[in-house]
Amino acid sequence: MAVTTPQAPAPDTATREIFMSEALREAIDEEMTRDPAVFVVGEEVGVWGGAYAVTQGLLEKWGPDRIVDTPIAEAAIAGLGIGAALTGSRPVAEFMYSDFMGIAMDQIVNQAAKNRYMFGGKAKLPLTYRAPFGAGTGNAAQHTQSLEAWFAHVPGLKVITASTPYDAKGLLKSAIREDNVVIMFEHKAIYAMRGHVPEGEYLVPIGVADVKREGDDVSVITYARQTHHALEAAEQLAAEGISVEVVDIRSLYPLDTDTILRSVRKTHRAVVLYEAVRFGGFGAEIASQIQELAFDDLDAPVLRVGAAHAPVPFSEPLEQASFPDTAQVVEAIRQSLQGLY
Amino acid sequence: MAEQQPVSTNGRAGGDDASNGVLEQLTDDQLRWIYQIMRRIRRFEETAEEAFRAAKMRGALHFYIGEEATATGVCAALDDGDFITSTHRGHGHCIAKGARMDKMMAELFGRTTGYCGGKGGSMHIADIELGNLGANGIVGAGIPIATGAALGSKLRKDGKVTVAFFGDGAGPTGAFHEGVNVAATMNLPAVFVCENNQYGMATHADFANAAPIHNRGPAYGIPSASIDGNDIFEVYATAREAIDRARRGEGPTLIESRTYRHKGHTVLDQKNYRTKEEIAEWVARDPIERFVRAVNESERLDEDDFRAIDGQIEREIEHAVAFAEASPWPTVDVIERDVYVE
Ligand SMILES: Cc1ncc(C[n+]2csc(CCOP(=O)(O)OP(=O)(O)O)c2C)c(N)n1
Ligand SMILES: [Mg+2]
Repeated sequence: MAVTTPQAPAPDTATREIFMSEALREAIDEEMTRDPAVFVVGEEVGVWGGAYAVTQGLLEKWGPDRIVDTPIAEAAIAGLGIGAALTGSRPVAEFMYSDFMGIAMDQIVNQAAKNRYMFGGKAKLPLTYRAPFGAGTGNAAQHTQSLEAWFAHVPGLKVITASTPYDAKGLLKSAIREDNVVIMFEHKAIYAMRGHVPEGEYLVPIGVADVKREGDDVSVITYARQTHHALEAAEQLAAEGISVEVVDIRSLYPLDTDTILRSVRKTHRAVVLYEAVRFGGFGAEIASQIQELAFDDLDAPVLRVGAAHAPVPFSEPLEQASFPDTAQVVEAIRQSLQGLY
Repeated sequence: MAEQQPVSTNGRAGGDDASNGVLEQLTDDQLRWIYQIMRRIRRFEETAEEAFRAAKMRGALHFYIGEEATATGVCAALDDGDFITSTHRGHGHCIAKGARMDKMMAELFGRTTGYCGGKGGSMHIADIELGNLGANGIVGAGIPIATGAALGSKLRKDGKVTVAFFGDGAGPTGAFHEGVNVAATMNLPAVFVCENNQYGMATHADFANAAPIHNRGPAYGIPSASIDGNDIFEVYATAREAIDRARRGEGPTLIESRTYRHKGHTVLDQKNYRTKEEIAEWVARDPIERFVRAVNESERLDEDDFRAIDGQIEREIEHAVAFAEASPWPTVDVIERDVYVE
């Protein structure tokens, strides 16, 4: 994937370029070192090393008591995470594909999310779920969905996602240290993206958005892989003298509304960009907050760019056209600007 | 092994290639059909692998090579109108249920002429008219669907039987338990065929399943059998009995068919979780070669029969690839079509 790697916030320590999958592995490995209660559980996380190689080498290093391979049993994986978290462990449970969370929905939504509240704030669930999501890989309808809105809708769950190796590592470390249930969605098309990651320890806080590019004319509010399409669009339009700001929310819940509003109050125009089905997607929440809280600052309707109202098709030309690409982002930005130029 | 085992395995006592009288019960045409289907599956997949390596197709390809006798033996015992549900490793089920290789190849190539117009790909081929209710990207998901098809047949009294194919990796799923238990409680015309190819990705079947899958028959109060899945005659005889039983209204059967995938989990899998010796042992038990040896010994078909079928399959394959390559790509206006009945 030809993506430009955005600068991570300038760290004090030396930086290296590593893959996002490596950055995630470092996060897990460091947290396992820091806290013996942390363990990994999921399908093919051990011998295979994770379907996307995130846990590669960890079984050899930590052994089967801390890198726990399971049979194909998503409801059990979700529940193993809950039970172990309730009783003093700090599990990192992996779903091989976020699509398979469908099988575990009761455990995630009715159990994990509600346990603390239902029992009057007694329990603590220091539990992280990780799941690859997103399209563009030719894996067809049941392995490519972007279902993040389902989970952001459920009180009791925190939902995060990264666009760079730097953010991925820092966010996952924060998630593992959280005493709440955090779901980290990892876009599978950017696992092999390289980016700067410092040698030393750092955290990226959950609930804080990051302005990946500053600009004055239009704000693109986005997350995960689509951040790169927004940055490419911004680069293209800069050549025409159009200045685009790109806000990577990084956290769907809690949502950093302040950073979004600050950007929109500056540019007066907003395009919300996400890879999930456009209808009823998380972008609707962002767009709605913007118009509720910054209506007077807007010079144009808030636009949403999202995927077609269809499952992800297999055939390459269909798949590629089914979710937003850079050209569609450019188009939406122009639309937002219509009347200004 | 199972305590309750009304499904006979024909008292397999003979050598590896002995058919225990099953071969003799099959007509020459049936023998030709069996050979043709097994060879089609193998050649289809070998050809698909070449196309994948030549970057003519993309996505995930799961090969059934080495497991051909299970789909072929089971489908040989099904009637045309019967139903199957299939898996991510579904090419074999598809071909054994009578699918056309040109439309399958076109689907793998992502073209409009494919079974699903290019929307499904290798993991999602269905041909409802042939009774193939679909391959599935979700492990275990076909099992409750098969139970539903069997319930429909019972309610409609259409006399049809549904076979659910699934892997050893589906044994641990909740869908297995719910689907099989419901079928057993309702006495539905279903046959649950577990293709135990020893592994689900890198996970051994014995690691994933606390006890052998066929042991579960008694737990649901249904007959079960553990069979040599590379012996087409044993597969056929066992499936025949289970399917006939289901059709008579006597309820479901669980069959565990022991077999092996010669290739990796997907076309891209190069991991070392199996020893070379283990692979070689199973390749030596290749189901197609065993069938040919048994038939040769019985002097039922001769070399000319086999060569004629091989030649015909090569022509079918050549046509399938040419057809796929010449077929148009779908255009973007179809993306939102067929989401609903319009
Ligand atoms: C519910 C679910 N979990 C995980 C996967 C990922 N996955 C695809 S195939 C597979 C192994 C399946 O093993 P098995 O059922 O034995 O079938 P085989 O591949 O051996 O034919 C796994 C884990 C999936 N597709 N669906
Ligand atoms: Mg298997």
